[in-house]
Amino acid sequence: MTRTVLPIGPFHPLQEEAEFFQLYVDGETVVDMDVRISYNHRGIEDISTRRTFDQVPYLVERVCGICSASHPLAYIQAVEELAGITPPERSLYLRTIVNELERLHSHLLWVGLAGHFLGYNTVFMWAWKYREPVLDLLEATTGSRINYANAKIGGSRRDIPNELAPRILSVLSELEGKLEMLTGAVLDDYVLHLRTKGVGVLSREDARDYCVTGPTARASGIAIDVRRDDPYAAYDRIEWNVISAAEGDVFAKAKVRLLECFESIKIIRQCARQLPEGPIEVPVAAIPPGEAVGHVEAPRGETFHYVVSDGGPCPARHKVRAPSYVNIPSFKAACVGQPLADVTIALAAVDPCYSCTERLAVALDARTRRPLYTFDDLVRLSQEKTARLAREV
Amino acid sequence: MNWRIWALQKSPWVYHVNAGACNNCDIEVLELLTPRFDVERFGITLVGSPRHADALLVSGICTRQIAPRLQDLYAQTPKPCVVFCIGTCACARGIFHDSYHAAAGPVDEVIRAVDPAATILYIPGCPPKPEAMILGVVKALRALA
Repeated sequence: MTRTVLPIGPFHPLQEEAEFFQLYVDGETVVDMDVRISYNHRGIEDISTRRTFDQVPYLVERVCGICSASHPLAYIQAVEELAGITPPERSLYLRTIVNELERLHSHLLWVGLAGHFLGYNTVFMWAWKYREPVLDLLEATTGSRINYANAKIGGSRRDIPNELAPRILSVLSELEGKLEMLTGAVLDDYVLHLRTKGVGVLSREDARDYCVTGPTARASGIAIDVRRDDPYAAYDRIEWNVISAAEGDVFAKAKVRLLECFESIKIIRQCARQLPEGPIEVPVAAIPPGEAVGHVEAPRGETFHYVVSDGGPCPARHKVRAPSYVNIPSFKAACVGQPLADVTIALAAVDPCYSCTERLAVALDARTRRPLYTFDDLVRLSQEKTARLAREV
Repeated sequence: MNWRIWALQKSPWVYHVNAGACNNCDIEVLELLTPRFDVERFGITLVGSPRHADALLVSGICTRQIAPRLQDLYAQTPKPCVVFCIGTCACARGIFHDSYHAAAGPVDEVIRAVDPAATILYIPGCPPKPEAMILGVVKALRALA
């Protein structure tokens, strides 16, 4: 069988991040695919071992610009577990509000980009227009549109004044009406049904085998959500539902994300009404030696941080597992067998975030802590093999 | 005035390069095109190929893997062109200054390695607000005249 290799990237207008895809096509059908990463690799886990515990949240919120509330919160929960710190009640509500605002803006961003990939630029412009009031709320509550730096070890950095609660509520009710219109326009559109139903299907079995998380898993009928399964912040004090769908296609993923926006609005509304009085932070002493994990439901799925402390000022080891890292390999299940024109939206349906995913592994000898093979070793091995073969000949 | 500079000022088309950023600057660049800021009314539009572009919007620390590709992209852009370093990372690498995967220098040094006379402008911020980006582009176009 002759196969044509179709290179996409690393710089391509499809997504704003650099990524290199190789699609193997037979006629119009994709038969296999490969992906090269590491254009965005910045070595955050390594840099983090040279920053103090309270500086690391500012670093990890730059793992990915969109999840810039979830990553620091996962790290902070790990450190709080390690040091046995209980953050005050009010700060838990503040964290919930900021995380849900982040989910709102991230899901709206995705809906817009998905509309753009399908050639439906009206949806792109609408979704991004309705996203702006959410960013304004984030700016009002945390001081920045993006990169909020709101959570800190032992509480929250900045309080939401009680006078702001009515404004949050009024912006949300205005947004809710517009979102209903947008959801109707997207979910009832016949052309969009043709383009997204049955496209890029990730079956329940595949979803389980690839260990996908977040909306990608929930759209394939696996209703997992860290917010419900292992509640953090104030999620266990509030009424809300986990949205899931059974189909696993692009339409189901869009539906799950759009309906989750309404749940987010519900959560923020309850938090703003029930915001308890009290301090927003507790004093933190030195971080004792030990290890801990923290996980948070980021907009794309579960983000997981593992922190080791040796009693010093900096983490001795910090491991980040971002949701896109487990979601991106499911491309292979969703894209193979699809016509070329549907690959774009099947790729985008996972809401991939490459800056979360880029990482580098070095194999170390468990005893000596030295790299097993360096580049020079590989050159040496290659030269030795040539010499050996030359002798045999 | 050089007629090429005059043409560039009229309606600058931009190509966006993510050179190892965290996504924020890239989202804020897209934000410029959407209804609230809508820079397309000034003739600024994002294009899909550097060969159509008058300006490169570069964000990110310029990782080792990106550096040669960024130089290729710069070589493909018709001259005269303007390079905007968007965000603190692109200007001076910011919080990632001691990353082992950063190239020999930030974006401006990588581009000056192939073209010492390149026009490079800096818009710092983490990320710069869309208003700051618009102001930066306007100031740059005025300075070119």
